[in-house]
Amino acid sequence: MIEFPEIQWLQLAPVIIVLLAGSIGVLVESFAPRQARRPIQLWLTFGALIASFAFIVITAGSFELVVDGSMAVDGPGLFLQGTIVLVALLSAFLMMEKNLDVAGDAFAPRASAMPGSEEERQFTALGYLQTEIWPLFLISVGGMMLFVSANDLLLLFIALEMLSLPLYILAGMARRRRLLSQEAAMKYFLLGAFSSAFFLYGAALIYGFAGTITYGGIQEAIAGQGSMTPLLIAGMGLLFVGLLFKVAAVPFHNWAPDVYQGSPTPITAFMAAGVKVAAFGAILRVTYVAIGGAAWDWRPVLWIIAGLTFFIGAIVGLAQTDLKRMLAYSSIAHAGFLLLGVTALSTEGLAATMFYLLTYGLSTVGAFGLLTLVRTETGEATSLESWRGLGRTNPWVAAAFALFLFSFAGIPLTAGFIGKFAVFSAAAASGAGWLVVLAVIASAIAAFFYLRVVVVMYFSEPIDSGPKVVVPSWSTKMAVGGGVAVTLVLGIFPQPVLDLAQQASVFVQ
Amino acid sequence: MSILTILGIIPLVGSVIVGFTPTKDVARAKVIALVFAVATFVVAIVAVVGFDPNSAEPFQYVSQHDWIPALGISFAVGVDGIGLILVFLATLLVPVVIWAGWNDVEDAGEQSPGQTQGNVRGYFALVLVLEAMMIGVFVSLDVVLFYIFFEVILIPVYFMIGRYGTGRRTYAAVKFLVYSLLGGLVMLAALAGLWYVSLENFGGPNMYFPDLLSIDIDPTVQGWLFWGFFIAFAIKAPLWPVHTWLPDAAGSSTPGTATLLIGVLDKIGTFGMLRLCLPLFPEASQQFAPVIIAISVIGIFYGALVAIGQTDMKRMFGYVSISHFGFMTMGIFAFTSVAQTGATFYMLGHGLSTAMLFLVAGYLISRRKSAQVTDFGGVVNVAPVAAGLFLIAGLSALALPGFMTFQAEFLVLVGTFERYAWVAAFSTLAIVLAALYILFMYQRSMTGPTSEGVKGFKDLNLRERWAIAPLVVVLIGLGFYPAPAMNVINPAVERTMDWVGATNPPPAIADVTAESSTSTPDEGSTR
Repeated sequence: MIEFPEIQWLQLAPVIIVLLAGSIGVLVESFAPRQARRPIQLWLTFGALIASFAFIVITAGSFELVVDGSMAVDGPGLFLQGTIVLVALLSAFLMMEKNLDVAGDAFAPRASAMPGSEEERQFTALGYLQTEIWPLFLISVGGMMLFVSANDLLLLFIALEMLSLPLYILAGMARRRRLLSQEAAMKYFLLGAFSSAFFLYGAALIYGFAGTITYGGIQEAIAGQGSMTPLLIAGMGLLFVGLLFKVAAVPFHNWAPDVYQGSPTPITAFMAAGVKVAAFGAILRVTYVAIGGAAWDWRPVLWIIAGLTFFIGAIVGLAQTDLKRMLAYSSIAHAGFLLLGVTALSTEGLAATMFYLLTYGLSTVGAFGLLTLVRTETGEATSLESWRGLGRTNPWVAAAFALFLFSFAGIPLTAGFIGKFAVFSAAAASGAGWLVVLAVIASAIAAFFYLRVVVVMYFSEPIDSGPKVVVPSWSTKMAVGGGVAVTLVLGIFPQPVLDLAQQASVFVQ
Repeated sequence: MSILTILGIIPLVGSVIVGFTPTKDVARAKVIALVFAVATFVVAIVAVVGFDPNSAEPFQYVSQHDWIPALGISFAVGVDGIGLILVFLATLLVPVVIWAGWNDVEDAGEQSPGQTQGNVRGYFALVLVLEAMMIGVFVSLDVVLFYIFFEVILIPVYFMIGRYGTGRRTYAAVKFLVYSLLGGLVMLAALAGLWYVSLENFGGPNMYFPDLLSIDIDPTVQGWLFWGFFIAFAIKAPLWPVHTWLPDAAGSSTPGTATLLIGVLDKIGTFGMLRLCLPLFPEASQQFAPVIIAISVIGIFYGALVAIGQTDMKRMFGYVSISHFGFMTMGIFAFTSVAQTGATFYMLGHGLSTAMLFLVAGYLISRRKSAQVTDFGGVVNVAPVAAGLFLIAGLSALALPGFMTFQAEFLVLVGTFERYAWVAAFSTLAIVLAALYILFMYQRSMTGPTSEGVKGFKDLNLRERWAIAPLVVVLIGLGFYPAPAMNVINPAVERTMDWVGATNPPPAIADVTAESSTSTPDEGSTR
């Protein structure tokens, strides 16, 4: 007879609330009348996210393994879950925006209709809004939250699929440039499926080595048997393929620019920020808890990958003329800097990486939010040229975007600087000083393409018949304003959040 | 709250107020900016008067508040004599620049048709932001706080060049920012290293400069950290071979921006070497001093020779400054108290004489709508006061006795002679070159037959004359009576030498020193 594990409801509440709301959302889609769906879904989504955040605050300080040891409720887990919920909140504000596109929101009225078909035109004319996005979104958020606190490889895999599958669908639902969007979804799905297979194979090999899938068990096995076992090495390698694919680290980064460009921008924002936080959360837990004992084997590899990632992200980013693609390469470069924090393998490194994730995630959502505002009749104008002279025509939009760019570039008095300083210091303290030197060179290269945008916005004449900035509703303003506030406040008074990250920087084993 | 904090807050408040004046009411924005700049200067004078040069404390007006304890960063301010001199320089130049550059933005707009010009109040708001940041750099006692000001200061300058300059201003602004950011980020890597060193030594991060002095850093580590900081400062100063951004930036800025950029901002480089590189990494500083002396000498001659060939006035002053920065770093790394005092005195003198050069040239350029030397000629016939002030500026730049730049250059050479006799002797040749480039340019542009484009020149008006007056007064005043500045600088330099553990060359070569002090004035008098 199978014994049922004891369930710690309170500790699980943040995740359960989000997933439950997602499931109810599916039912709403089936049973509620069309007009009522959107308001119900919005209430459900925001209610669930806020309630979930409240429970994260309530359970703060927990330090235990729950559900038979397959999930960890500890500082890093809760900190990153909180980060994910905040990112999701800001992204949801972007997703609900209806004022920007003359036809409705950013999503196709019916994704199953052939692009350009008569059917599609009819749905657009009827003004239908797709509301299935909300349950999909919630389930993805729930998957991310599980991903950062999974404490065995099987749960990690389930969470990985939970967060990924809805995103594959959402990526293909852009209202404008449907073909590009579907291409993005297809690419993301195929490559994602490949990486999942690698991940699963790696997990199987590690099980073969350790005889268990729990992190604690793997840790003991490594301590007991030494680490130079082919099974373990191969298993770790394959596992990393799956995880590094999600953070878009080189050489598994090629999907990111296409997917970022094709997806509806609110989803790009959510993906760029949320997936990064979640995947780094998982990488941190796997490296610190499960395979920390074999650091000698994987750390050099991760150093090289980090170096390649920030260099290729920065250098290829130089050649981009589309802002969404540019931000994609920027996010690749940032993945490299974050990996630097991971390799530090110290509490400072952990706290620094978590702080970096929080600031990077929230300012990324804000930056993509601004991209939704500059439009022509056919949709968002994301080419660099179309942003000419924005500093004169729309000083506030330009100033906010410049702030985000300066933060990404690591200029002091923005949150990006504090994050970079913390990560670089921790990495230098762990003996990777040479890599820090390379990282600052990559930062300087990346700064060049951030600056190019500032030049275009501030030092060029506006085009007369160029794209216009559409006035958004309060929700987009909330998302952008939230990003700006975090970037500024954490740049000037980061102490409370740094404290929180430091207190939270111990993994339960 | 320390007086230094107040000093930084005044211009910041001013910039906010200027930024919110109505766009049309340009005159009001300018007046408000001037009032706040003068108020800052008055407070700075209070600080200068209240400063006790003979105090046993290394830093005065110190205040320290926790800021980001998690990373060991505190909001700590305080000055020694060197910092005080530079605060004086910055707060003096800002009102001068605002008054002298009353119409800079409008003039630059006329000179570059078809380019987006930012609005006037924005320029003056940026000048005040810049002033606050400059003060911040010179008074920071926490190394990370220093770094923060060091980096943030780039942003206002970037916009001042890119939005308000002339010619290829976008190119110049981006080049300036990319060079400086590269330097700044290299310094960030070194900062991360220093952070780790403090973590090891104190058991927790602590970036408070006076505390860091007590650490005895391993020599190899010192070497790495030294270069991290030094490269950043060398780009800032700028030294050959990382100087190439400077002529472009100087050539494309308004005269006011160029003044603040080269007159004050670049001093952050030399200040940083004295304040951070030497005391924190004493062994590395001494070990690498010969390399840096060599770089400095190359810079001295390179800047001077290239300056001779320039046809654009502002670019030429850029190259002249590269030559002069060579003198300053030579003085700093000669490790004699005479040379370091000279270098610090030179920072002040160079700031003032560069300001005069750029501002007077700016008056002429705004009249002629061109910065090319060949477009001028015979100015002395139509605008004698302008030409006269230009000559004074030029003579102070070539370090004529009677100007404070002379004492500065002389002290640097004498001090360097004590340790590197041949280097100092060779460098005196640069003085001849200085006479060459300054006097050639004066001759070509100011004397001779009045050229067509110059004929309609009006001579300087009262505003233009009076704005320059304070510079002349200080340059000549301290030239004849340098004691007030020297008294402030000397103890700080002695203390720096003490931190480095460097002693002046022993009396064993006293005869050489004696010889130098007799021979160098001779060489000086030949100019």
